[in-house]
Amino acid sequence: MGNVGAKDVPVLLSPEGLRIDGRRVDELRPIKIQAGALKHADGSAFVEWGANKVMAAVYGPREVHPRHLQQNTKAVIQCKYNMAAFSVDERKRPGLDRRSQEISKVIAEALESVVFVEEFPRTSIDVYIEVLQANAGTRCAGIVAASVALADAGIPMVDLLPAVAVGKAGGALVLDLKKEEDNFGEADLPMALVPQSGRLVLLQMEGHMTPAELSQALDMGVAGCRQIYERMKAALRERYAVEPAAEGSA
Amino acid sequence: MGRGHRPSHRRRGHEGSPSHSFGDRVLVLPGEELPGHGLKPGPGTYRVGGRIYASVLGLLSPRPPLVQVVPLSGRYIPKPRDVVIGTVTDVQGTFWLLDIGAPRWAPLHMTGTPWKIEVGETDRYLRVGESVVVQVENLDPTGRIGVTMNGEGLGKLEGGTIVSLSPARIPRVVGRGGSMIQTIIQRTGAQIAVGQNGRVWVGGSPEAIERVREALRIIAEGAQHRGLTERVDSYLRATASGDEVGPQEPPTETAHRDAPGPTYVSPPPADRDVEPEIEDEEPVDPDLE
Repeated sequence: MGNVGAKDVPVLLSPEGLRIDGRRVDELRPIKIQAGALKHADGSAFVEWGANKVMAAVYGPREVHPRHLQQNTKAVIQCKYNMAAFSVDERKRPGLDRRSQEISKVIAEALESVVFVEEFPRTSIDVYIEVLQANAGTRCAGIVAASVALADAGIPMVDLLPAVAVGKAGGALVLDLKKEEDNFGEADLPMALVPQSGRLVLLQMEGHMTPAELSQALDMGVAGCRQIYERMKAALRERYAVEPAAEGSA
Repeated sequence: MGRGHRPSHRRRGHEGSPSHSFGDRVLVLPGEELPGHGLKPGPGTYRVGGRIYASVLGLLSPRPPLVQVVPLSGRYIPKPRDVVIGTVTDVQGTFWLLDIGAPRWAPLHMTGTPWKIEVGETDRYLRVGESVVVQVENLDPTGRIGVTMNGEGLGKLEGGTIVSLSPARIPRVVGRGGSMIQTIIQRTGAQIAVGQNGRVWVGGSPEAIERVREALRIIAEGAQHRGLTERVDSYLRATASGDEVGPQEPPTETAHRDAPGPTYVSPPPADRDVEPEIEDEEPVDPDLE
């Protein structure tokens, strides 16, 4: 981010109510999801969402490494969120940092709340999220990719887990922040929704909102998640197009 | 909070429809509400507040009084009596640990082998990286998988190569009444052992192995199953070198039951009951002889 002079702050919301990339306040960036993008993983997904490109791979349930993390009554979900060095304009120093550890942890916990972990005691479900190109909202893109990958891996779960951020930019609540809105906006509120139950299993906030704004932002986010949910389902249906019916085979 | 689903009108009339019919197979996704009026949640489903939802991606297969979803992907989930192909990942004093593609490694105890082994001698018989045909004996609630190598058609695999497929494709590899696997064996002259865990062992000449590998690839990727046997057959005919003179001798078992390192060259035993899930894919009789 670095220091930016006031004259560099972009106009985040035009007088006509359009955003920096021409979207309306409640409009998502274009999103494209491919299920089963990797051959060797048990499940995988590639998500292009605005200028974000995120790959997720799921392995397992399998033996737990390191062993001491094994749980006798359920599977552990180990998530590793990582940003490639080339994913942002200025080279991102590779490896673990506080941010990626936090994101790994909150994503693992969000996924654990939808996966039927009790069905696979003493095993590990390993989720790898690689951000190849980042433009704000990568944790949400990571959750979307990871949950499509989990379904692709045949892992039993309550539901897919769509996620999106709502923010405040140029004084207005906006859905699905892009980089400039994230950097120069007033608030960022990522969330992940379980559509089946309507529960939120991830909710974080940075910045400032009034209670009334928060309430409205949650409604916007839930509506956004439901749109993303449809895209996730479509991606899985495309990958697993049902074989044409045939009475009696060869 | 409100439910996120419209009622699924597309899928009426499942109750009571014969589960063998291929015509009404419906892909469902985790979280999708299933038409389960009056039915109980079976495998691959869960129930909340009187409604039944899919928990895995798979094909809806009503099996009154259960609603169930047969998964289309995922790791091998062991079932008792399954014959599987495993690779040794660890050797202990009295047992080996086998990777059978399941969520957990399966211990093969030395008493579960035809060999007379002293404690501590296990690594003289099987080393890390070697492969065996074993049968799932028992499963316990903690996910522990007990396997045995005592039984017809079980034993150590010598030579050959192992091709991994999705376990969901194995019914296609075997084919109805074993038709597919018989075709492949006859057209290539290869020796083949099929594990229910999606692993197929292939022995024989390098050319035969390559042709079997390609045939398996066709099966693994073939979306439609109508005419799959013909497609595989025509591929194998097209690549025939003339060496494989029609049906070969049926694979013979020449395991030396008392000596280390028996040679294993037979297909899996034929005593396996047809599993309901597999029956749903396509009736399968693994009787290959």
